[in-house]
Amino acid sequence: MSSRIDVKKTYKLFINGAFLRTESGRTYQVKSAQGAFAANPCLASRKDLRDAVIAARAAHSGWSSATAYNRGQILYRIAEMLEGRRGQFLDEITLLTGVTASVAQKEVISAIDRLVWYAGWSDKISSLTGATNPVAGPFYNFTIPESLGVVAAIAPETPALLGFIDAIAPIITSGNVVVILASTKNPLPAMTFAEVLATSDLPAGVVNILTGKKDEIAPWMASHMDIDGLDISGLSPKSHAQIRVSGAENLKRIYSFKGADPARIVAFMEAKTVWHPIGL
Amino acid sequence: MTFEYAPAPESRAITSIKPVNGHFINGKFVAGTKWFPSINPATEEVLAKIALGNKADVDAAVNAARKAYVGTWSKMSGKERGKYLFRIARAMQERAREFAVLETLDNGKPIRESRDVDIPLAAAHFFYHAGWADKLEFAGLGTTTKPHGVAGQIIPWNFPLLMLAWKVAPAIATGNTVILKPAESTSLTALLFAQICQEAGLPAGVVNIVTGDGSTGALIVNHPGIDKIAFTGSTEVGKIIARAVAPTQKSLTLELGGKAANIVFDDAAIDETVEGIVNGIFFNQGHVCCAGSRLLLQEGIAEEVLTKLKVRMGKIRIGDPLDKNTDLGAINSKEQLLKIRDLSASGESEGAQRWSPPCEFPEKGFWFPPTIFTGVGQAHRIAREEIFGPVLSVMTFRTPQEGIEKANNTPFGLSAGVWSEKGSRILWASQRLRAGVIWANTFNKFDPASPFGGYKESGWGREGGRHGLSAYLKGVGHE
Amino acid sequence: MNFYGLIDGSEQSLKNFLKQLSGVDQVGADERAAMLATRSIKTTSKRWAIDTAISMVDLTTLEGADTAGKVQALCTKAVRPDPTDSSVPSVGAVCVYNDMVGIARKHLDLVGGHHVAVAAVSTAFPSGRASMKVKIQDTEDAILAGAAEIDMVIDRGAFLSGKFIEVFEEIVKIREVCGDRAHLKVILETGELVTYDNVRKASYLAMLAGADFIKTSTGKIAPAATPPVVLVMLEAVRDFYAMTNVRIGVKPAGGIRNTKDAIKQLVLVNEIAGPEWLKPSLFRIGASTLLNDLLMQRMKMDNGYYASPQYVTID
Repeated sequence: MSSRIDVKKTYKLFINGAFLRTESGRTYQVKSAQGAFAANPCLASRKDLRDAVIAARAAHSGWSSATAYNRGQILYRIAEMLEGRRGQFLDEITLLTGVTASVAQKEVISAIDRLVWYAGWSDKISSLTGATNPVAGPFYNFTIPESLGVVAAIAPETPALLGFIDAIAPIITSGNVVVILASTKNPLPAMTFAEVLATSDLPAGVVNILTGKKDEIAPWMASHMDIDGLDISGLSPKSHAQIRVSGAENLKRIYSFKGADPARIVAFMEAKTVWHPIGL
Repeated sequence: MTFEYAPAPESRAITSIKPVNGHFINGKFVAGTKWFPSINPATEEVLAKIALGNKADVDAAVNAARKAYVGTWSKMSGKERGKYLFRIARAMQERAREFAVLETLDNGKPIRESRDVDIPLAAAHFFYHAGWADKLEFAGLGTTTKPHGVAGQIIPWNFPLLMLAWKVAPAIATGNTVILKPAESTSLTALLFAQICQEAGLPAGVVNIVTGDGSTGALIVNHPGIDKIAFTGSTEVGKIIARAVAPTQKSLTLELGGKAANIVFDDAAIDETVEGIVNGIFFNQGHVCCAGSRLLLQEGIAEEVLTKLKVRMGKIRIGDPLDKNTDLGAINSKEQLLKIRDLSASGESEGAQRWSPPCEFPEKGFWFPPTIFTGVGQAHRIAREEIFGPVLSVMTFRTPQEGIEKANNTPFGLSAGVWSEKGSRILWASQRLRAGVIWANTFNKFDPASPFGGYKESGWGREGGRHGLSAYLKGVGHE
Repeated sequence: MNFYGLIDGSEQSLKNFLKQLSGVDQVGADERAAMLATRSIKTTSKRWAIDTAISMVDLTTLEGADTAGKVQALCTKAVRPDPTDSSVPSVGAVCVYNDMVGIARKHLDLVGGHHVAVAAVSTAFPSGRASMKVKIQDTEDAILAGAAEIDMVIDRGAFLSGKFIEVFEEIVKIREVCGDRAHLKVILETGELVTYDNVRKASYLAMLAGADFIKTSTGKIAPAATPPVVLVMLEAVRDFYAMTNVRIGVKPAGGIRNTKDAIKQLVLVNEIAGPEWLKPSLFRIGASTLLNDLLMQRMKMDNGYYASPQYVTID
């Protein structure tokens, strides 16, 4: 056996395309399924959330006005990058959850395939949910779905990678930008996924990833006036009511989902209807 | 001699208003216990006494709606449900003049508008949704054909019958049963609509109408027997409802306030633009959530547009809403008049320049002249708050980008207008405006086939078109 | 000529002027006209409108089958539309072909109609397809025969092919021929110009070239004086007045057959150009059958019962 000492990774937040430590200087300990020390990820603060929202908002105009074809290609590029790093995710999932390699393998493969699936949605969703409306008058009238803006999300605890992909991919494929809080117990795949994002042509700020405690971050997400939508799939149903109450302050669109579903894309889009006269 | 138009009043003989009006529950008119007056805002005449819905009334309505849902309506085929809506649409067309006169008496809006806009569109909404009832499985992505059950619906006073149609038609077409509360100051056409439901043979309990004020509305919002709430009204009340509904399993759609920008580029067709500005803010006395209340003029054209706008405003005919030549009717209530006065006063005290054409008002009633404010900045209250009256705030911009930035600089996002003769610029602006309805080279157009609803704090969901159906069908994937 | 100081008469200056005109949105203009058509004109205002409309009628006969007898009968009616009621005003003018001008003038004078003008259609009406020499002669002839108003047609072919300067110079020429001797009405034939943008451009072109009136149509082409076309022309004279302080008249012609249509036109004048235009010197209605309907409506208002065509004359 080699006596080489491993080079351990410092897990940081991913904000505006950069790997940053939390401004609070706090970390928390993550343990392996066997109870051994695994890592000290950042314990993000509300100020980290604030910074992430600013980065996300700044990225929205560019990302939402990129062509759907371009967004689809970038999502596909993310899948390509993930494919190349399968081993790393396999290790992190098995380490933290204790599942067998084949179970972990299945999750990683599903995550890649899911990204490919959502990549293809980028330039289809408008055709399916838009409409040309036959109004009673000399007007051309059409409805198109548009991205909502800044969407925050709470990733489910498990499956840590697949649940994370299921949260962010439908949000960004339509042109939204996202600030997501990763699984608390198993944040490592999400943070490693940030490295995938960083090498996949995704513009800075489109996906911003925090690690930390749901109880601490979710209420700030709910009350933040510059967040337009909130995916609370990763929150315990017990806390949904309170989140919805504080989200009402700016009438946030708040939803919770299970699994892969095109409704996840539609939920964070707004229908815009345009009228124009038809005349000489 | 000049061409003065002699009075041309529509006759009110076609209407008969009962002096005391109860609720419509389970297919019957039932007496109330407490009453409040409904007045004609153009004369301050008391038109009728209206029942103030209490807990027992709302309970009875919810029970009737539940019974109708379980026993009749949810079991009926879409094809048969649709036939009832067709019947209702036809009956509304047959009694259109009666509805129009009643609406104008109760609301204060000009008969020209109730006759040409409100009532025909209300009937069209029933006709349109009737055809959906047996085609819901084709409605498309993200919806199933399963209704919520019992829907509680609360509507505003600005388009009383039309808002009723926007709510009731999609709800019952998709198989829900409803409890509808009209606005406190405008219940009469809803009660006439109840008669139409009776005449159409609509099964008892499918449509229930409980009149009342905000307290009655709160009873509906908080009623545990209701599965879905649909509200149209102010953003302030919308947020209260959103909080109230948050801990429950109720589904909620909201159509709330707005502060729409009407953006005029320097290549616009000026005369039609001026018409669009007038229609945008003075239609229905400006009591329109999607009113074009912020006029954004590109600087090179601002003076010309303002000059023409003022001339045009001088032609607006104000007075008796029943007169067929009246363009601007009465403000709906004293409360609303005070609110408009208050915000207008703030415009002056904050340094904006106020202008109205010379106007003569009737002695009684609630009136406000068509008004514009120039020299308005983004920071003025009148540039940010919804006035809901015939008051236009005028601002200018230099570049298209600046125009869009100013237009989007609001928590609202219901509608916007764009005026330009250049196709690519229209589409460019339409794409960037953060609003649910964009009127390009037109304004304040409505159609049952066209989805309507807002971005941001202007609401949740859409009404009308295929998109509007999803508000009344259980969603896929959402909890 | 200085063309109101707005252009210098060169092709470039004319093109530039026409190019900077605001476009017209057809749907918006149609909507505005339709909304004004809902104005309900009753009782005293209707009575006033009927008499005003009568005084604005250019009583017209423009048939190949016109004879001296036909034209003379028309002139008699023009002076006193209702022989049983002397309170009915005379019409604005009689409008005839070139060769009928002398006959009309003579007969009008004979029946006490010195105050009723003769308008002659000119410049190879209705097509305008003749040489300039012929058009000038056509006009000169009519004036010498007693026409006080010349209703010329523009060269629509030239207009539609973008040769605005040719159209312009023809009008300028005819304006020169008319001089102080005759008022010039320029017929745009809006039914052939098709778009409202063209109507607006042609209106300005004609006004700049010296028209006293702009007129919609020859009456030989449909659609003719539709309310939105008249609306666009009224906007043009209103805005031209704002630029020059000169009021140009408007004459819808063709398709205005009953009192309701005529009153809709007056409402348009009142609310678009303004009440200043509500007089025969600034607004005329080219018509033939309209007059009898106005007379019958007038009878109904005075008597309180519906009138019969038996009681109005068919000339």
